[in-house]
Amino acid sequence: MPILSLSNVTKSFGALKVAQAISFDLEQGEALGIIGPNGAGKSTLFNLITGNIAVDSGRIDLEGRDITRMSAEKRCLMGLGRSFQIPQPFEKLTVFENLVVAGAFGSRVAEDHVTEACAEILVDTGLIHRANDLAGSLTLLQRKRLELARALATNPKVLLLDEIAGGLTEAECQSLVETIRAIHARGVSIIWIEHVLHALNSVVSRLLVLDFGKVIGLGDPEAIIASREVREIYLGIEI
Amino acid sequence: MSKPAQKWAVQTRTTASTVFAVIAVLAVVAAFAAPFFVSRSVIQDLFFILTMLVLAQNWNLLAGFAGLVSVGQQAFVGAGAYAMFALVILAGFDPIMALPVAGIFAALLAVPTAFFVFRLDGAYFAIGTWVIAEVFRLVFAQWKVLGGGTGTSLPRGTTHEMVGVPLVKELFDVKSSAAADIVTYWLALGLALATVGFIYWLLRSKRGIGLASVRDNLQAARSVGVDASRLKMIVYVATAFGTGMLGALVYVQTARISPDAAFSVTDWTAYVIFIVVIGGIGTLEGPFIGILVFFILQNLFADYGSWYLLILGLIGIVVMLFAPRGLWGLFTGKTGIQLFPIRRRLIGGQLTTSSREDTHG
Repeated sequence: MPILSLSNVTKSFGALKVAQAISFDLEQGEALGIIGPNGAGKSTLFNLITGNIAVDSGRIDLEGRDITRMSAEKRCLMGLGRSFQIPQPFEKLTVFENLVVAGAFGSRVAEDHVTEACAEILVDTGLIHRANDLAGSLTLLQRKRLELARALATNPKVLLLDEIAGGLTEAECQSLVETIRAIHARGVSIIWIEHVLHALNSVVSRLLVLDFGKVIGLGDPEAIIASREVREIYLGIEI
Repeated sequence: MSKPAQKWAVQTRTTASTVFAVIAVLAVVAAFAAPFFVSRSVIQDLFFILTMLVLAQNWNLLAGFAGLVSVGQQAFVGAGAYAMFALVILAGFDPIMALPVAGIFAALLAVPTAFFVFRLDGAYFAIGTWVIAEVFRLVFAQWKVLGGGTGTSLPRGTTHEMVGVPLVKELFDVKSSAAADIVTYWLALGLALATVGFIYWLLRSKRGIGLASVRDNLQAARSVGVDASRLKMIVYVATAFGTGMLGALVYVQTARISPDAAFSVTDWTAYVIFIVVIGGIGTLEGPFIGILVFFILQNLFADYGSWYLLILGLIGIVVMLFAPRGLWGLFTGKTGIQLFPIRRRLIGGQLTTSSREDTHG
């Protein structure tokens, strides 16, 4: 049974179709990459999966349970964790407190039970030295790390990552890839939207290509990138 | 990702807060003992200060911590007060016994009220709460047994026979009316302590940090599992309870009620907003500062009629322009001192052995 399954998920904003009958399965423990040009509906797809935006039609299942009409907070409790493309930190809380909220609410446990876990995530994501600083004082790169750290604190079964490698140096990107691989190795299923293809390809085993809200390719990364349609869409984008 | 076993801990206490806790205990003891040393008019002033403090703390929890900027809290002051009058006049309750029931009545009213106003956001929410309060005023003005639009008084002598009053009368060797003032003062002090204690407990709990996350970013909060509407509902109903009980207590002391006074937006909400904004919205300390400023201003200018309101408004504007986080916000911004610390600081592990800068910063 796939851990996450979308069938015919459709959404329009007025005349603009941002998701057109999107269907795919994410297998237990799989890492799936999503690519596509700007405005293809990648982040919208995440918003539909996590419940930040309601679908017009179609169905989403998590571990065999229909979550199509479930609230965002319930989906989080069921094991969906996400990062936002544009970081959305709780600015007036400290970095550590950002994780405490996610840990205590995201897995519905008492606050003092998540201290250790949150601290270790901060170590893993390289934020430990900013633990007691306000999240609003972080740099953009640190905010992106905080997005990942906070999503991890909810103890997700499926982790949705939205462009967290953009703007990193080669070394930083490498360390990020290591972190994500380690998360994947623990059995967390991952969907990762990314423009930095070499980083993406060192983690994912399948690629999904989105354009104008439609799935135009899904399969082995090498075959996908070699296909003419994808090359046309990505012309001018570094591969 | 392997690392040596580390011990992490969370700390909220600060040196300033420990010192303050000691002073606070002494202040509370002094406040309880006040009737032994000060005159009746001082007790009445202190009663006024404490009641405004309770209202301010409740409104601050609502607006400053839960983001529910209501201008209709007079709905619950009036509802609580009218519930107390109804219980005393129609059911023969002792006024003091009626207080908690009045609080529960206000909290129950908050549930259907929330059903309507929670559909609104921001300015629309504010206007919506005001409209509901006006509806309450008009409805209670129809209650003929309780005097309709002109209002009514508690039966003669009711407050002289309340629980505790005969005892205080004997103890202090004063008239019944003075004894009733002392009893209501002690109740106001108890209510203020309970309110501040409850809010501080709430903010330090998991719900408190959840509220803070909702206030900072609703979408992200929901994505990490925070049930924002449930938290807001808890705060809305809890503040209605406190505000309703306070309303009942104020009208035990005055012993006379009318719909226009009990549902007054100026007395129970505008002044309260002034107190919270001047003192520092979103801090537990702010309302304490705000109420002192308000009390001083009232004593200096209250005789000047509408000029008094103009002065209050001007001071409000000046503070909002130059100290948008209020007087306490200005102070804590400069000194970092918090008397009611809620910040969770991570200590232990690597934080004690190393403080190197994040190289990716």
